[in-house]
Amino acid sequence: MHPRLELRNISKRYPGVVANDDVSLSIQPGEIHAVLGENGAGKSTLMKIIYGAAHADSGEIYCDGNLILAHNPAMSRALGIEMVYQHFALFESVSVVENIALSASSAFNLPSLAEKIRELSLRYGMPIDPHRQVHDLSVGERQRVEIVRCLLQAPKLLILDEPTSVLTPQAVVKLFDTLRQLAAEGCSIVYISHKLDEVQELCDTATVLRNGKVTGTARPKETTSLELARMMVGSKLPEMHVSPAAPSEKPVLEVRDLSAKARDHFGVDLKDVSFNVHGGEIVGLAGVSGNGQAELIALLSGERRHGQGDAIKINGTPAASLRPDERRKLGLAFVPEERLGRGAVPSHTLWENAVLTAHRFGTVRKGLVDRRRAAAFASGIIDRFKVKANGPAATAQSLSGGNLQKYIVGREIALAPKLLLVSQPTWGVDVGASAFIRQTIVDLSRAGTAVFVVSEELDELFEICDRLLVICQGRVSPPLLRTSTDREEIGLLMTGRTMGKDQTGSSSVALQD
Amino acid sequence: MELFTAIFTGTIVAATPLIFAALGELVVEKSGVLNLGIEGMMLMGAALAFWAVTAGYSMPVAILAGALAGAAASLLFGVLALTFLTNQYAAGLALAIFGSGVSAFIGRGFGSDPIEALHGVNIAILSGLPVLGPLLFRFDPLVYLALAMFVAISWFLYRTKAGLILRTVGESPQTSHAIGYPVIRIRYMAVLFGGLMAGLAGAYLSVAYTPLWVENMTAGKGWIALALVVFATWRPLRVLLGAWLFGGMTILQLQGQALGLQVPSELLSALPYLATIVVLVLISRNRQMLALHFPASLAKPFRPAG
Repeated sequence: MHPRLELRNISKRYPGVVANDDVSLSIQPGEIHAVLGENGAGKSTLMKIIYGAAHADSGEIYCDGNLILAHNPAMSRALGIEMVYQHFALFESVSVVENIALSASSAFNLPSLAEKIRELSLRYGMPIDPHRQVHDLSVGERQRVEIVRCLLQAPKLLILDEPTSVLTPQAVVKLFDTLRQLAAEGCSIVYISHKLDEVQELCDTATVLRNGKVTGTARPKETTSLELARMMVGSKLPEMHVSPAAPSEKPVLEVRDLSAKARDHFGVDLKDVSFNVHGGEIVGLAGVSGNGQAELIALLSGERRHGQGDAIKINGTPAASLRPDERRKLGLAFVPEERLGRGAVPSHTLWENAVLTAHRFGTVRKGLVDRRRAAAFASGIIDRFKVKANGPAATAQSLSGGNLQKYIVGREIALAPKLLLVSQPTWGVDVGASAFIRQTIVDLSRAGTAVFVVSEELDELFEICDRLLVICQGRVSPPLLRTSTDREEIGLLMTGRTMGKDQTGSSSVALQD
Repeated sequence: MELFTAIFTGTIVAATPLIFAALGELVVEKSGVLNLGIEGMMLMGAALAFWAVTAGYSMPVAILAGALAGAAASLLFGVLALTFLTNQYAAGLALAIFGSGVSAFIGRGFGSDPIEALHGVNIAILSGLPVLGPLLFRFDPLVYLALAMFVAISWFLYRTKAGLILRTVGESPQTSHAIGYPVIRIRYMAVLFGGLMAGLAGAYLSVAYTPLWVENMTAGKGWIALALVVFATWRPLRVLLGAWLFGGMTILQLQGQALGLQVPSELLSALPYLATIVVLVLISRNRQMLALHFPASLAKPFRPAG
C-alpha cells in the first residue's frame, strides 16, 4: 500500500535562511504523525509546502503514490488535504456558516450547510452554533469551526499547526479525543507542535526538525522526553533556577475592587478585581485569552486610565488615574504583549527604541537626545541579555521574535523597576530564548522587584510564579500558591466552573468544552 | 401639490448621480480598496458622454461611453494600486486631479450650448396616472437604473457567494488568498465596477441632469459620494438614504433661492453638503456597527505571499 503522503528531499530557502533542507517523511493512512521542532525549525514552512501555500525549491511530494505537480491550496483540497492554521483563517465579520461556505466546494446553500455543520460538530463532540458571528466566539470555539470546516470536506489528511497553544487543558483533552476518532476512521493527521508531552500522548510517529533538517524520527510513546528534546534542541537543555521567594512586607502593587466596562463590543467587563503583588515575588495571571486580560493590562500600564485613583496603588500611591509616564516615575516597567508596534517601533533602531522608555536615564538631556549615551545604553542591553543583533543601529523589525523580546525585556529591566508588568513574555519565542527570559525575570524578582506576569502558557506560569491568579469572564480568582495547586484546578478555574456563587451560569466566552 | 411634486422629483433626480457613484465606491471599498478618484472618473464619464452626444451618437451609446470612460480611468488606478502596490490614497488623489484635467482638455471644444436632455419614460398606463404618474413614472430611465442597481448590489453583497467572497477579501485578503481566492483579480473587478458606476454618474450629470458642458461640473459630488460611503458605515440602504438627503437639500436650497430668501446664495449652496455630512456623522457614531461593517483591510496594499 502507498503511504497517504510522502515527501522526498524537500528543500526551501528564503533569503538568508534555509527553511527546509532535504526533508523526507512518510505518513500512512490513519496515522497520527508529529512534526516536532522549536520555533524557527522550519515546521510551518514544511506544512505550507505540503498544503501548496508555498513551493519547494526542490524535492517531490506524493499523495497516495501519485506525484503532485503544480501544487497549490486548491489542488490540496481536491486531493483531500486540509489544514487548520495556527492563526485561524476565519473572517470575523461573518457567521460560522458563511465562513465555512467560503471554502466549501458544494453549492451555496446556507440552510442545508448549517444543518450539516450542526450534525458533524455533534458527531465529533465539539458542538458549534452555525449562525453565530465569528467575532463572538472564543479561541477554542474558533478552532472548532476550523476543524469542522476541514471535516466537511471528508479529508484524507488533516494538518494541525500548534493547535493547543490557545486551549485550556480540558479543551485539549476534548480535541485529542476528536483527533483519535478521526484517525480511527482512516484519516491521517499531521500534528505540528513543540510540546513534548502532547506529542507523546497523541502521536504514533514523529519527525523531529532542527534548523530545517530532519534530526530524527521516533515513536514518541516509546521514546523518553529527554531523547526527543535532545533531537529538538541539539545541545543540552537550559535549566531553570528558582530560589524560594522572600516577599516584602508591604505590597508594591495593590489592586482593590477594580471594575471597568469593556471599551468595545469585543472586550470583557472587569468585575471587582482585587489582588496584591509584593516585592520579591512573581504573581501570574492565567486564563484563556479574551477573558479580560487585555483590559486589566491596559488599566495597570496606564494605557487606559480609571476614574477611581486608589483602585490601583503603586508603592502606596494611588495610580489608577495617572498617565503611563507618571506611573513609570513610580517605578513601573512594562513589557506588552505585542513586540512590534507596542513594545518597539518596528522601523526604528534599537537605540531609538531604548530612548522611548529610558529617557530618564541620561539618554535625553535638556530635551535633546544624547545619541552616544543612548547607543551605549542599547549596547549594554545587547551585551547583557545576549541579543543577536547587528549593533544598536539595527532596526527593531530586523530582529527575530526571540531576540527582540530579549531586547525589550532587557530594556525594561535596565530601568531597575520596582514593579514589572509582563504580558506573554515568551509568546512565539524559541526554547532557548524563553528559558533565558524566564530566568531573567526570576532573577529580577529575587533581587526585590515585584513582578506580575500574564500568560496563556500554564507551563510557563507554573515554572516561574510564586502565586497564581486565574481570570475568567472579567473576574479574578483568589490567589493560589504554586506549590499547593495543580493544572487541573487552574484549568477548572479558567472555565469558570468553581468560581464563587455570584458567577452567572450563562457565561459563554470561557466555556471550551 | 405641484410644489411637492417638484421637490420630490427634483430630489430623486439630484440624488441619482450620487447613488451611482457611492454604490460603486461601496463595492470597491468592500473589497478593501480605497479609490479616492471618484471625482476624476465622474468628470471623464461626463466629458465622454457629452462628446458622444454632440458627435451624433444615440443616447444609450453616449451613456455607455461615459460609463466606459469611468472604467478606463479606474483601470489606471487599479494598475497603480493593485499591480504596483502604490499608496492607494496617493493613486486615488492623482486620479481625481488627472480626471479633472483630462476632462477639461476633452471639453475645450464643446462650447456652452446645452444639448437635448435624456427623455423621461412614458409607460403606457402608469405615466398617465393622475398624481402618481408625474410623481413616480415619468423619470428618465437612469433614475430607475440607479434604484435597480441599489437592489442588485444589496442582493449581491449579502445574498450571493460572490458577494460574500468580495466582503471577506475586504476583511482579510491574506486569509482569502490562503483559502484560494484570487484576491487581486477580485479587487480589479471591484475597482472596474466602481469606475463604471462613477462614469455613469458623470454621464448622468452631463446628458440628463444639466445637459451642458461646464469644466469641473461635478462640483465636488465625487467627494460627497466618498463621504456618503464612510458615513453610511458601508451599508447600501444608508447610502441610498444619504443620497436622497443630499438631493433633497439641494432642491430645497434651490427653492429657497427662488423664493428670494435673505441668505447669501453661496451659503445656501453649501447647505446640502453640510447637512449630509452632519446627519451621516450623527448616525455613524455607533462604533460597534462601524466595526462590524468596516472593511478591515481598507487601503492596505496586498501582495500574495508564497
